[in-house]
Amino acid sequence: MTIKSRLLPFAGFALALLSGVVGAQQIQPNRHDFQPPVTPVAREIYDLHYLMLAICLVVFIGVFAVMFYSVFAHRKSVGAKAAQFHENTTVEIIWTLVPFIILVGTAWPATKSVLALKDTSAPDITIKATGYQWKWGYDYIKGEGEGISFLSTLTTPHDQIYGNAPKGVDYLLETDNDVVVPINKKVRIITTANDVIHSWWVPAFGVKQDAVPGFVRDAWFIAEKEGVYRGQCAELCGKDHAFMPIVVRVVSADQYSDWVAKKQQELGIKTGDAQVAAAAPAAAPAAAGAVADDADKQLTKEELVARGEKIYGTTCVACHQGNGKGMPPAFPALDGSKIVNGPKAGQIDIVLHGKPGTAMQAFGPQLSDSDIAAVITYTRNAWGNKAAEGVVQPADIKSARK
Amino acid sequence: MSAVLDQHGHAHHDDHAHHPKGIMRWLAATNHKDIGTMYLLFSLTMFMTGGVLALGIRAELFYPGMQVWNPEFFNQLTTMHGLIMVFGAIMPAFVGFANWQIPLMIGAPDMAFARMNNWSFWLLPAAALLFIASFFVPGGATAAGWTLYAPLSTQMGPGMDLAIFGLHLMGASSIMGSINIIVTSLNMRAPGMTLMKMPMFVWTWLITAYLLIAVMPVLAGAITMTLTDRHFGTSFFNAAGGGDPVMYQHIFWFFGHPEVYIMILPAFGIISQIIPAFARKPLFGYSSMVYATASIAILSMSVWAHHMFTVGMPAAGVLFFMYATILIAIPTGVKIFNWVATMWKGSMTFETPMLFSVGFLFVFSLGGFTGLILAIMPIDIQFQDTYYVVAHFHYVLVAGALFAMFGGAYFWLPKWCGVMYDETLGKWHFWLSLITFNITFFPMHFLGMAGMPRRIADYAPQFADYNFIASVGGFGFGITQLLFLYIVFKCAVLKKGEVAPARPWEGADSLEWTHLPSPAPYHSFEEPPVVR
Repeated sequence: MTIKSRLLPFAGFALALLSGVVGAQQIQPNRHDFQPPVTPVAREIYDLHYLMLAICLVVFIGVFAVMFYSVFAHRKSVGAKAAQFHENTTVEIIWTLVPFIILVGTAWPATKSVLALKDTSAPDITIKATGYQWKWGYDYIKGEGEGISFLSTLTTPHDQIYGNAPKGVDYLLETDNDVVVPINKKVRIITTANDVIHSWWVPAFGVKQDAVPGFVRDAWFIAEKEGVYRGQCAELCGKDHAFMPIVVRVVSADQYSDWVAKKQQELGIKTGDAQVAAAAPAAAPAAAGAVADDADKQLTKEELVARGEKIYGTTCVACHQGNGKGMPPAFPALDGSKIVNGPKAGQIDIVLHGKPGTAMQAFGPQLSDSDIAAVITYTRNAWGNKAAEGVVQPADIKSARK
Repeated sequence: MSAVLDQHGHAHHDDHAHHPKGIMRWLAATNHKDIGTMYLLFSLTMFMTGGVLALGIRAELFYPGMQVWNPEFFNQLTTMHGLIMVFGAIMPAFVGFANWQIPLMIGAPDMAFARMNNWSFWLLPAAALLFIASFFVPGGATAAGWTLYAPLSTQMGPGMDLAIFGLHLMGASSIMGSINIIVTSLNMRAPGMTLMKMPMFVWTWLITAYLLIAVMPVLAGAITMTLTDRHFGTSFFNAAGGGDPVMYQHIFWFFGHPEVYIMILPAFGIISQIIPAFARKPLFGYSSMVYATASIAILSMSVWAHHMFTVGMPAAGVLFFMYATILIAIPTGVKIFNWVATMWKGSMTFETPMLFSVGFLFVFSLGGFTGLILAIMPIDIQFQDTYYVVAHFHYVLVAGALFAMFGGAYFWLPKWCGVMYDETLGKWHFWLSLITFNITFFPMHFLGMAGMPRRIADYAPQFADYNFIASVGGFGFGITQLLFLYIVFKCAVLKKGEVAPARPWEGADSLEWTHLPSPAPYHSFEEPPVVR
C-alpha cells in the first residue's frame, strides 16, 4: 500500500474496511497509478498525464474555491442581499481566452507525443499479433526470430476462476506461450484479428492497438527494462473477453537468441526457410508445442480420443462446454449435433474453415492434421454421440486441406 | 419578465370541460402534461430497471472470480444497462421535462403537434418491451456492448435484432419529440417573448432537438446496416466482403458523440433555471450561455473519432480530433464560470433542487476534467476501454444528467402536483446519492490507471479492493434511489405535504411560477400571457 492511498481519506477508510475481506490476496505495487513505464512512449504518457492532472487540479481548486466561498458567504441565512448584475462582456472574453491559452499550451506536448507514438518506421523486429476469440496468435515476421509462430492462451485453470481452487499469483494474467522480445530493440507490433475486433494492450509499454479483422494496424515499443509485463485484451470481443491476456517477457539479447534457437528447433524451422513458413502459416502447425507429425500415420481410436479430449479441453471447451451442450444459439451443442453425428466430411470442413459470421473460427491454420483428426474423433464418440463414421484419421484432414 | 393577464379563472372553467377520464385519458392522451407525466414515469421505470442490471454487474464484480453469472450473461448485463439507461431512462426523462415545462415556460397552451406527441410517447413502451423481451429469446439479449460494435454484433443471436428494432422505435420517438419541441418553441411563444428572452431550459432543448434530428437517423442507418449484414448477406462491416468494421465505429460515433451532448444540454438548461431561482439573482451571461450551448452543439459534431484513438488512425486524423475535443472544454468552461458568477453575491438558500445543482456543478466538473485528460490522445492510449472511461462517463451522466434531473424534479414537483415534496427526505436523498455515487465511481479512476479493462466479467486480484468498494457504493446508490421513489410517491400520489403556493421559490421568475397556480391547471395559457 503506498502513501498516496492514505492521502485519500475515503479510500484509506475503505481499504481498512477491506483488509479483513480480501486481505489474503497478494499486494502488488501500483494499484492507484499506472504500471511503471518501461518504454520511452509510456514514460512520456506518464508525464503528460501528471502535467494535465496538475493543470486540471489548479483550475478545479481555483473555480471551486470561488464557488464554495460564495456558497458560505452569499447565503440568505447570513443576511446576504442579492446583487442584480447579470452580464459583463469583458469577463466573458477573459474566461474564454484564458482557458484557450492554457489548452494551446497543453496541446503542444500532446502533439509531440502523438507524432512519436505514430512513428513505427525502422523496426528491429516485427511481430504480428492476431486476435482470436479468445486467444492471441503471434507470428515473428521480420528480424531475429523470423518464422516463429505460436498461439498464446490463458493458463489459469477453470477451478480457480469458479472458486474451486485458490487463485494463483498471476490469476488471469498468465499464458502458455509468452511473447519474448529482446531489450532495447525497436519492436513493431502489427495487429489484426480473425473474427471480431480485439485490442493488444501492454500498459507498461504504453501500447494499445486495436486488432481489426481484415485489416492491419501497427504500433511500436522499445522495452528498456528486462522483466515480465502483463496486459489484457482491451476491446469487448465476446464471452471470454476477460480471459485473453497478453504476457510479454523482455530478455537480454543473448537470452533472446537462445529462445529463438530453441523455438525454431521446436517448430522445425530451418533458418532461411522462414519466409516460406511465415507466408503459409498453415504449413507450419502453429499449435503450441505441436511437434510436426506424420499425417499419413494411422492412429487407433483410443489414441485419437485420448489426444482429442486434451485438445477439446483447451480449444473447444470455452464455447461448446465440457458437457458438449454448448450455449445455444450462439455456441451450438455438439452433443447430439447433426454435423457431429453425420458424415465426417461436413465436420472436417467446418473445423478446418470455420463458420463465417459466428465465433466458430477456422482451425485449419491453428491445429495440425492429427490434432484436428483427434478432436473430431473425440467429439464423435463423446457424451451421447455415436457417429457412424466414428474415426477420423490425420490423412482425412490432409486430403481435405487440398 | 412580467405579464398582465391571469388566465386562471378561464383555465379552471376548461378544466372541467375537457378532462378525459380512465384509461383513455392516457392511451389517447394529447395533453402535454399527461404525456409529460407518462414520459417521466416511463423513464423512472427504465431507470430502476437499468439500475437493477447495474447491480447485477456490481454483484459479479464484488470479488475476483466468477460467482453470480456466466461471462456471456455478464456481457448482456453491461450492454443492456447501457442501452436502457441511455435510450430508456435519460433521453425520455428529458423529453418528459420538455413536455411539461416548455409550454408552461413560453406561455403556450400545449405542444404544437398534440397527436404526434401521443405517438412519440407510445412508441417507447413498445421499444422497452423489445429490450426486455430480448433477455428471454434463445441466446439472450445482445452482449455486444451498448455501442454494438460490428462484427461482434453480427455474431449475436436474435436478441440483437430485438435491440435493433427497439432502437429504431426509440429513434423515431426522439425525432418526433424533437420536431414537436422545435415547432413549439419557435412558433408558440407568448407575445413579447423574443428568442433571446426564452428561458435557458427552452433554449438548451431547442438546440438539443436539432442535434437529435441531425444524428438519430445516422444511428438508424448504422444499426440497419448491421441488420442487413446479419440477415441479408450485405458486407458493410465485414472485411471479407469488402466492408470495414471501423466504418461502423465512425458512423456510430458520429451519432454517439452528439448523443453525449443530447444527454447533457437539457441538464445544463435545468441547472440554469434552478441556480438563479435560489441565488435570487438573474442568470449571469444569458446570451453567452446561449452561444456557448450552440458552440458545444456544433463542435460536438466534429469530435466523434476521439472515441476511436486506439483504432489506428493516421497522425493527422488523430490531431484533428484531439484539437477539436480540447476546444469543447472552452464553451463548457464558460457555462461553469457563468453559473458560479450567478451564485456570486446572490442571496442563496439550499433547498433540495439547489443542493443537486451545486452537487452537479462540483461533480460534473470532475467528469469534465477527466474528459479533457481523455482528449489528449497519448493519455487516452492508456485509458481507452478501461475503468477510467467508465468513471468519466458516469461522472457526466449520473452526476451530470441524473443529478440535474433530480434537481429539476424537486424544483417543479410543487408546480406539477400542487404539494411540496418532503424537504428533509429530499436532503437525505441528495447527500446519500452524492456520497454513494462517489464511493462507487471515484475508485474506478484508480482501477483504470492500474490497468483494468472495462466490460470484463472477471479481473486480476490486484483490482480487488477498489472493485469491492465500488460494489458497496453501487448497492448504496441503488438503495438510496428507493428513497426518491418514496418522496415522489408521497408528493404526487398520496398528496401529503404542505400545499404548494403558485411560486414556492422566491427567485423563480419564469411564466409557470408567475402566471399559473400550483398545481398547474389541466389547460393552461389558452390565451397567451404578454411578456414585456
